[in-house]
Amino acid sequence: MDWFFIISSGVKIAVITFGIILPLVALSSLAERKVSAFIQDRIGPNRVGIPMTLLGGKKDIAFFGLVQPLADGLKFILKEDFTPKHVRKFYFWLAPALVLVPALLTVGVIPFGSTLKLLGHHVPLVIADLNIGPLFVFAISSLGVYGIVLAGWASNSKYPFLGGVRSSSQMISYEIALGLSVIPVLMIFQELNLGAIVRFQDKNGWLLLPLWGDGLSLQRWLLLVPLAISFVVFTVSIFAETNRMPFDLPECETELVAGYHTEYSSMKFALFFLGEYAAMIVGSGLIVTLFLGGWSIPFGDKIGLGFEAAQNTWWVGLLHLGCFLTKVVAFIFFFMWVRWTLPRFRFDQLMRLGWVFFFEIALFNVFLTALILMLVK
Amino acid sequence: MPSVLFYLFSAIMLGFGILVVALRNPVSSALSLAASFLGLAALFVSLGAFFIGVIQVLVYAGAVMVLFLFIIMLLDIQAEQRRKLNLPAVIGGSLLVLVFALQLATVLGDFPAGHRILNAAPLSPTAALEARRAAGTVHASIDQDLAAGKLPDVKLIGETLFSQYNFHLQIIGVLLLVATVGVIVISRREDKTAAPAEPSSPAPTPP
Repeated sequence: MDWFFIISSGVKIAVITFGIILPLVALSSLAERKVSAFIQDRIGPNRVGIPMTLLGGKKDIAFFGLVQPLADGLKFILKEDFTPKHVRKFYFWLAPALVLVPALLTVGVIPFGSTLKLLGHHVPLVIADLNIGPLFVFAISSLGVYGIVLAGWASNSKYPFLGGVRSSSQMISYEIALGLSVIPVLMIFQELNLGAIVRFQDKNGWLLLPLWGDGLSLQRWLLLVPLAISFVVFTVSIFAETNRMPFDLPECETELVAGYHTEYSSMKFALFFLGEYAAMIVGSGLIVTLFLGGWSIPFGDKIGLGFEAAQNTWWVGLLHLGCFLTKVVAFIFFFMWVRWTLPRFRFDQLMRLGWVFFFEIALFNVFLTALILMLVK
Repeated sequence: MPSVLFYLFSAIMLGFGILVVALRNPVSSALSLAASFLGLAALFVSLGAFFIGVIQVLVYAGAVMVLFLFIIMLLDIQAEQRRKLNLPAVIGGSLLVLVFALQLATVLGDFPAGHRILNAAPLSPTAALEARRAAGTVHASIDQDLAAGKLPDVKLIGETLFSQYNFHLQIIGVLLLVATVGVIVISRREDKTAAPAEPSSPAPTPP
């Protein structure tokens, strides 16, 4: 435990949280509106830019509306922080924090890149290189449900309460499918360390794109069948866990006004919003890490841009970071695409899908993977 | 681990444990229990048992307590009335605690590792690897981790469970299956006599 490790960890926490995740959250809130506008054939927010007229200029610089998140944030902070009289105050204040904190904590084990060579030291671009990566993410993100349930209960009114109850039953149901669907993946890697999982994919081809290294074997191509099932179940479960459309029953506005955050306003509401988007980003990061090769560049190992190259040259490390962020952003776009394309499920359909279909499919998938791993060497 | 952290997490665990009993609102009690579990998980992690710590959070704090909270909220259990002290119950409770503490002390006193200070017995993956080689157990992934100086706790637990205790594990699996089937049968039993006075709530299923 040397000083360099402690200082670099602190810097990594600060840079990844405030330099990557929170800006990504802000930009995704803008992107959500832009993407929805594009899908619905509208223009979307395109006015907020640098307010030159305030500074005595002739015309504002619109800047494609890129400054919109800043304006939103200012609005949230400056609005009156209204606490209704009938709420249970302590839990009403605690709930928004309990949504945001777990979402930000799970960022700690996601490898954002391979290694950066800095001042003669190799800095791995992951905050905590734990040997239990995916389990840690599941455990901590399962705590996020407390925030939503408490928000619903503390609001002390009917619609938020229904939202909270829906959320807890939904999260518990989909956690099972989430955990079971990841087992085939772990059986193939024989490893729970997310860093080692990505290094394996860097050498032997991404799980869903086994085109180089050992990925060209018959076994890996046969395994694509259970892996595709795993991928679908896992992705849908992440949608349900992050309360995104088509599974946003806890805040379904046509039935529950705004669900669990009906009574919230200003920055406390914004914290729920930030928590949802942060959970979405971490979920995308986890999917990308497990199935789509994390930071690794396609054929990177063959063309000299693999893990070994990052040990010697600093810009390869940066390239890996960029590669990871590109994949995550692409996946966030997919999240939005789905939200603005599919209609919302009914609650009984959602529970049915989780318990009757995904649970069984994921269980069967474990056996299928074991069979392939045993029979085809 | 710095001993400061040990005392901090122990204080969190015990403090919230006391709050579980002391608080009168059932929701507060349930949340205190979850916080106590988090403190316990941190203690496990500080001992190098990452897997146990994470399972503690995942199963107890993340699933069982959420179900408890769910039931408490759904049934809308009100804050408990303050009753006057029940002397026989207090005496019985204290006796039980005393007996249990004595039992724990005798068991732990006979446990050889209990007499060693943790700092004097550091984890040594290389020594463990040599012991494994001497015993003739080979597992490529575990040996690789041990040789690299890492503790593959998940893999070691898995190896022990599925080789040494495989039979016991199967029996526990069958027991859990029986319990699950039982829960389904009980919760879906149709009431043939009359229409139920109030809608029945689903039974909680602790995993």
